[in-house]
Amino acid sequence: MTSGTLVAQITDYANRADPYPLYAELRGTPVRREDDGSYLVSTYYEVRSLANDPRLSNDTGNRPAGYARPGQPAPESGLPPSFIFTDPPVHDRLRDTINRPFGPPHSPRFLDGLRGELAKTVTELLDAFEGKDQVDIVEDFSYPLPVTAICRVLGVPREDEPRFHVWADALASSIDPHSGEDGGPEKAQRARQDMGAYLIDLIETKRRHPGPGILSALAPDMTPADLEATAVLLLVAGHETTVNAISNTTLTLLRHPDLLQRFQKEPELAVPLIEEVLRYEPPVQFVPWTTALADIDIAGTTIPKGSPVWLMLAAANRDPKRFQDPDRFDPDRKDNEHLGFYTGIHYCFGAPLARIELHLAVPELFRRVKFSGLLEDPPPYRANAVLRGPRHLPVAIEGLTA
Amino acid sequence: MSADTDVEVLRRQGRIVVVGASLAGLRAAETLRDQGFTGSLTMIGDEPYEPYDRPPLSKQALLGRARPEDTALPRRRDIDAEWRLGVAAAGLDRDAKLVRLANGDTVPYDRLLIATGTRARPWFHPEEAALDGVFVLRTRDDSARLHRKLAGAVSRVLVIGAGFTGSEVASACRELGLDVTVAERGPAPLVGALGGVIGAVADRLQRKKGVDLRCGISVTALEGDEVGRLRRAHLSDGSAIDVDVAVVSLGAMRNTEWLAGSGVAAGPRGIACDAGCRVFDVNGIVTDDIYAAGDVARSPHPLFDYQFLALEHWGNAVEQAEIAAHNMICAGPDRRPHLWLPMFWSSQFGVNIKSVGVPSLGDQLVVAQGALAEERFVAVYGYRGRVIAAASFDGAKWLGFYEQQIAAGAPFPPEYRTVDRRTETLHPIDPAFPDPHLPTHGATVTLTGHSPSERRVAFVPAHA
Repeated sequence: MTSGTLVAQITDYANRADPYPLYAELRGTPVRREDDGSYLVSTYYEVRSLANDPRLSNDTGNRPAGYARPGQPAPESGLPPSFIFTDPPVHDRLRDTINRPFGPPHSPRFLDGLRGELAKTVTELLDAFEGKDQVDIVEDFSYPLPVTAICRVLGVPREDEPRFHVWADALASSIDPHSGEDGGPEKAQRARQDMGAYLIDLIETKRRHPGPGILSALAPDMTPADLEATAVLLLVAGHETTVNAISNTTLTLLRHPDLLQRFQKEPELAVPLIEEVLRYEPPVQFVPWTTALADIDIAGTTIPKGSPVWLMLAAANRDPKRFQDPDRFDPDRKDNEHLGFYTGIHYCFGAPLARIELHLAVPELFRRVKFSGLLEDPPPYRANAVLRGPRHLPVAIEGLTA
Repeated sequence: MSADTDVEVLRRQGRIVVVGASLAGLRAAETLRDQGFTGSLTMIGDEPYEPYDRPPLSKQALLGRARPEDTALPRRRDIDAEWRLGVAAAGLDRDAKLVRLANGDTVPYDRLLIATGTRARPWFHPEEAALDGVFVLRTRDDSARLHRKLAGAVSRVLVIGAGFTGSEVASACRELGLDVTVAERGPAPLVGALGGVIGAVADRLQRKKGVDLRCGISVTALEGDEVGRLRRAHLSDGSAIDVDVAVVSLGAMRNTEWLAGSGVAAGPRGIACDAGCRVFDVNGIVTDDIYAAGDVARSPHPLFDYQFLALEHWGNAVEQAEIAAHNMICAGPDRRPHLWLPMFWSSQFGVNIKSVGVPSLGDQLVVAQGALAEERFVAVYGYRGRVIAAASFDGAKWLGFYEQQIAAGAPFPPEYRTVDRRTETLHPIDPAFPDPHLPTHGATVTLTGHSPSERRVAFVPAHA
């Protein structure tokens, strides 16, 4: 097999349901050069090391001409990239500012304050299962909760959701390396503009009439363009990641009935169980948008300056050199320092929010719903290879307890 | 009987005594049980409390955000130990293999772990030290007392010594809205650990946060009123300031006095042990039944010219304890070396400070990322052309990378491009340590492997 075909297979939709054999093959060459000069890094210690390496940039503007530059708005748009696609010092300044209304040390109680409302959302979503014998976990449960959460966090009206759902999908697919095949970039650019226009209006309103949520809090401290880019990023991230984490947890548990039974008896299993899902089926499978700023020697290979570098988180999470019996789903695993939320300065900004959502959603779902099984296994997946997760997760249910 | 059989018997029914019931002692005990030790385990500690965590005592606990009594260390597992708390070890009899306690009891051992740590260096004048309002900060009780005092009516706090603890106390005082004077004998805060270049940043930071910082000054006397309350401090420049609280932060002293006359190599600088945590006797012969770990231990480190390093670092205590425990119940070939790279952190004046390696060995320094003026940077220290240490202000996440550079003996200065590099070329400068070390010779050594169990020494030729 030539080196070009493996990455093509990973991004090939036909392998979306189970990319793990491909990742295993990839780990055979921990740092693998693709024909186009990109490097795929797939083993745990190497991925972790590079994610923390100051010679690696998240600003794809550092890539030589000819390479894809995900995260870079079209120059004519005049828009800045969002903070995930920037390096320090810009990155640190933006992230520090955005963190102010969001988390400790300045706002240690902000996320905690959302619990009540999110728990209520979970209850309402599950109440709607009453009388049904089958549901789509994605549409009926794992999608609506994160949307509610991110709307609350930002202070975006929940009722506008159908509008930005479409934009978020289009934008998320633009970081998928093979989205170009179906006119993705143009679609994404358009979605970016539409969403931007919507948010500019909203931000202007927040500036004049501050309300709850971090957009109002940030409006005085950020340029409108930076705030808009941030809002777009957080809306997309809030739409496209936690939904997969909840769906993946449900799917994985339904595939492991013994653990499902145990979880119902031991609700305290939720913490290690959810962390194990983040290792076993990470919602962000790989990060294809970093670039080497200097020659980097790693695992016997030199990644030359300017090379695009893909960090294969899902492959690293199943590296047998780090995790014993890595293909086994094992919530009793000790020392589960997975890379599901990445590592280093770009560690998932929303991780604490995602954990709150998962811990509100998953235990309650399995406490209240009596499942009889998956109706489709594997379920149909979304097209996106990076933000991988089921598009639908039809399950048969036998009943609902209060 | 072979040595291996001995080890098997020891693991099954040996008697292990741990002197020092803090972080290192607890983690060692947990490791012993984890690795299958089923004999008897005795934990001896001079404080009445079960093991607790010290870093919050100079931070959250002073601010009242955590109560000192809530700092108990999380337990990794049940250790099934006999606890002898509130009674200090007073002596060691190597021939009889027993520890004598302050209350006269004796505790016999087959293997002994010494993890007695350090204590705060007291104010040099005992009568002045006894004044109401004069504090040191090391223990839970110290922290509780100081917190109570700071929560009352306090006009001005004097912090004596601007090392890490002193600076953290000053930071907490400012956060509490208290007026604080810091007197530091050296030219800047943190100068001993990080040098004058970084010290100047800490200096600016303290002044910006409203600290009355006086460097190059020592406190010559503390003066009380007729009822023994602290009223005034006299400084070496002839001035005096009115204070009602003084926090003496002059570093730590190693708790080795109880070992006097025992024949082990223990003194004011710590207890000398080999890289396997086995304690040396005074003749330089390694013992096989006495081990040391944590702040009190000092052991040779191949990355730093085999100099004996004694590290008052939280992470070092944990890892050294785990290795000591492992080696205590293993036969020779299974033993592991303790090759931890020194690493510590501090949080003060809203900044996270972190360091890896041994900055004070550095003969040159570059600011590799960020800028000193922004108080957000990574400074890299070089020693004879290789990277020996790094220190960051609000840049802790980068230090793992520099840790690898140190372990690999990477060349200094680091000339490759990185994010947040502010200059095209790095110009090394003198890090300005007050007491420059003497250059030494030796092969360059690198560490390899990712987990302690894999780490072994590998020699590489010295840089040309």
